Amino acid sequence: MNLFDYTRADTLGAAVGAEGALLAGGTNLLDLMKIGVATPSRLVDVTRLPLSQIEDHGGGLRIGAMVRNADLARHPQVLARFPAVAEALLSGASAQLRNAATTGGNVMQSTRCSYFMDPLSPCNRREPGTGCSAIGGETRNHAILGWTSGCIATHPSDLCVALAAFDAVVEIAGPAGTREVPMATFHPLPDANGVPPALAAGEVITHIRLPDPGGMARHARYVKLRERTSFAFAIVSAAAGIAVQDNRIVAARLALGGVAARPWRSTGAEAALLGQPPIETNFARAAELALQGAAPSGNNAAKIVLARRIAVRALTLAAAGTPDRMPALPASVFEGDDHG
Amino acid sequence: MADLMNVQAHVRLGSNAGQSMTRRDGVLKVTGRAPYAADRQPGGMLHAVTATAGIARGRVAHLDTAAALAHPGVVRVYTPANRPPLAEHPDTKIHGFAWRMEALQDDTVRYAGQPIALVVADTLEAATEGARLLNPRYEAEAPRIGLDGNTPYQPETVSIGRPPSLEAGDMDAARAGAARHLDTVVETAAQYHNALEPHAITAQWFGDRLEIDTPNQAIGLAKQSFATYLGIEPSQILIRSPFLGGGFGSKAILYGAQLLVVLAARDLDRPVKLALRRDQMFGPVGHRPATRQTLRLDLDEHGRIAALDHHTLAVASTFDDFIESASNASHSVYATTAMRTTHSAVRTDTGTPGPMRAPGEAPGSAALEVAIDEAAYALGMDPLAFRLLNYADTDPSTGMEFSSKALRECYERAADLFGWKDRPLEPRTMRQGRLLKGWGMGTAQFPCPMFQAAAHATLRADGSAVVETSAADMGQGAWTALAQIAADGLGIDIDRLEFRSGQSDLPDAGVAGGSGHTATAGTALFNAGADTVRQLADLATNDPASPLFGAGNAGVTARGGRLYRNDDESRSEAYEDILARAGLDLVRGEGKGAREGEAQRAMFSHGGVFAEVLVDPDLGQIRVNRLVGAFAVGRIVNPQLARSQLLGGMIWGVGFALHEEAIHDARTGRFTNNDLAGYHIPVNADIPMIEALTVHEDDPFVNALGIKGVGELGVTGTVGAIANAVWHATGVRPHRFPIHPESLI
Repeated sequence: MNLFDYTRADTLGAAVGAEGALLAGGTNLLDLMKIGVATPSRLVDVTRLPLSQIEDHGGGLRIGAMVRNADLARHPQVLARFPAVAEALLSGASAQLRNAATTGGNVMQSTRCSYFMDPLSPCNRREPGTGCSAIGGETRNHAILGWTSGCIATHPSDLCVALAAFDAVVEIAGPAGTREVPMATFHPLPDANGVPPALAAGEVITHIRLPDPGGMARHARYVKLRERTSFAFAIVSAAAGIAVQDNRIVAARLALGGVAARPWRSTGAEAALLGQPPIETNFARAAELALQGAAPSGNNAAKIVLARRIAVRALTLAAAGTPDRMPALPASVFEGDDHG
Repeated sequence: MADLMNVQAHVRLGSNAGQSMTRRDGVLKVTGRAPYAADRQPGGMLHAVTATAGIARGRVAHLDTAAALAHPGVVRVYTPANRPPLAEHPDTKIHGFAWRMEALQDDTVRYAGQPIALVVADTLEAATEGARLLNPRYEAEAPRIGLDGNTPYQPETVSIGRPPSLEAGDMDAARAGAARHLDTVVETAAQYHNALEPHAITAQWFGDRLEIDTPNQAIGLAKQSFATYLGIEPSQILIRSPFLGGGFGSKAILYGAQLLVVLAARDLDRPVKLALRRDQMFGPVGHRPATRQTLRLDLDEHGRIAALDHHTLAVASTFDDFIESASNASHSVYATTAMRTTHSAVRTDTGTPGPMRAPGEAPGSAALEVAIDEAAYALGMDPLAFRLLNYADTDPSTGMEFSSKALRECYERAADLFGWKDRPLEPRTMRQGRLLKGWGMGTAQFPCPMFQAAAHATLRADGSAVVETSAADMGQGAWTALAQIAADGLGIDIDRLEFRSGQSDLPDAGVAGGSGHTATAGTALFNAGADTVRQLADLATNDPASPLFGAGNAGVTARGGRLYRNDDESRSEAYEDILARAGLDLVRGEGKGAREGEAQRAMFSHGGVFAEVLVDPDLGQIRVNRLVGAFAVGRIVNPQLARSQLLGGMIWGVGFALHEEAIHDARTGRFTNNDLAGYHIPVNADIPMIEALTVHEDDPFVNALGIKGVGELGVTGTVGAIANAVWHATGVRPHRFPIHPESLI
């Protein structure tokens, strides 16, 4: 690990415009520093910023960037209004990591592309213009949507998939003032030479805002395919919400995880569901639309099939309704409502 | 009847062995007070970090040692240019259980992750950054990676010095008379031991005397090896290895960085510590190599196996020979009139493989059990019925009888508990809700080797005792099970026994490996205790003042710290009284443990493992819903610890079947998943219901204590049981481990 300065910002004013890498839970940044992928000369500890509140916001919620993942997942209003957000959180990492990791840090975490994580492999995401080593390599975990010859990495977050599905907005404070970006487009997609930064220099995520979910509050699920039952990144995942009146879908949300450099929200699929009965054939058609344009970035064509099927699964489970209690195995494909 | 000469009369064990007992070191461990090697922090200690190769093949052209040395806190950088001399070249195979290792002998790079320099600094952080600043430049060649990375060759030996092939019976005749045959190819992935405790060493010199703290499964051998490389006497070296946070075979053999740390400590005249990072454990400390196994079963018209042919292609390194002996796992499991087992290997730019929990047996059993299941289905037979039809009453590879084999009872107990009789023959017929459900089984088998061990037992004037042997506790509970045996050898209660272990100045307990440690070291300890009791009995029965006078050594029995007359139980004497009257402070006995003479019987532990899996039909995700095994393992020393060992082995089987896989990038030879986020092992949530039963088994041949091994057995059988259950659930036959969800949709 390189030598670095450590400073702490106790006020938002001190954090905004500060030079250096922002350090929150450190569950990703410190790992990257240890393996030489991140070599900041200065760390700015933002964990003491007064951003640890979860506030009511017109039927929705406004979540401080420093709220810990574990606290967010167990918050009564999150469980009541955004159960898929809680389920996504609880399906990620481990209890210890969730105790440390923050909401803002989760959004800002880096891809786990093994070539990005290997300082010896050229990587446009690390150093623009050097090329993408993943192409032609081991690509089982790589993108099937939105990738370019410049980068085929995926975003690893579970939380962001659920946030993107439920119209979350990222509130950002910067030297030039504040701005807002929808979660679904917050993470830039790659171009041919790399990936633009999501935040400009000196910017800080302050809050994540979730609008009123309406009738979807009790019809929301997150489902995650993975090789082991916990502590594994998604092969593919999906967050879905459905509101139904008189057997017709009046609102639908769908986002996929593990498929692209950002959570892959599909408004086209959502629009196609409106006015339709909540039945599997309609979900399958929506899933087709969600995967429109999907292409393998290597030896990962199976992910296209899996992504389509997990989208159908998430929509089906959402239509069936959120369980009253968080499943013992959150987001597990084995925790359905029709077996036992 | 000739066998009777080899029957070792069962020794009588007393009230200690056979009882469930929690680990004697458990409280130390859960309170963090059990010292591990890397916990040791002698004053003035320096930290070492290895710089590792970023290419898999070629040479190091340049290291920026100046930049590393300029970093604050860096004390010394060792490279091939300045590495202190060794008495023996690291490429020398100094004995059969030694590997050629990397100790900076030259600038050649033989695999990615090979140590190419050692940086020593005041702090771990400075050493780590110093290693990074070396910023090596290479002359790289294209690496040869994977089973198809090079031209296969014919190894001279497999595993540790075993013949690479075996043929029994007349293969041609057996095949000619067969009604049908089945061909199966099964691939298994490269696996890395990944013990929770990293490989670590702290070395400190006191003049010409060396003290080493390092986790090691065979410290007697390690002492000899260090002495050979350093050109000093073994008596100048003390190794402490009281606890291992898992070894699984990877801590049985020295590796180059251990030598470098010892050299650095002498060169700098300061204690030096090294603890490998997780990613640094992928390469220099052994692994289970990938295999491609080709099996052919020829079956007669009744479904009996007429010929069994098992060939293994295994990945090897370019500079040493450890060939995974997977085909040998087929030697003794099922009856056949003829068999042939062969091996070939492919030299690739990887670290040298080594023994990993059930080496050979784990991948070999996985492939064999898949092939057996395919044969059963082809015949329209229940898989258990097919296995019983081909039950081996004698070892088909040698014709020898088994020393004991309660496998039928294992099948019966486990199948009964599991509910196997309700299993439909056809796959993809059972459901649980929308999930596919399948049942599969496998046979577990593991040999019962014995090694060499020695022990001392000392009875003190107060009737308490101390026993000494260098035995390693890797977490398996050796400190407890061995103490139970030792207490019975001495005829005392275990709470009067002090167990001294984990140091190389104690009698050599041999290797904690091969599932033979309890049998071997246990025999030595029991014999040391018996030798002590013999001396006591001589004292007492020859002393006219003793109530035991005249009974003769065969006329007394030791238990609970007293000697009793066999012909009159009311006449007994406490050990301390015998010692006091003889004017002795202590009596000391010695014992050895080893198998005497050539084995006249085939000696194996056995088991039957039954698995239920659920598979999501759309997404292919697999869940092992139930796992039931029954095992015949001879005399059980501690039922609680034995069960834990068997369960641990079965859970390794889950990892083998579904998770464990080290992935190289074929272009660079570097790993893409050399951390525990990418290299998956099962988590608690992957093991919903698991049970390990043991069936009673007396084995009068295996050793005097009747003990077989439990450490590795559970891995075998389990992998095949899971794969066969996946097939039964889905109708898709897995031919590659780990089984990926994508392969099932």
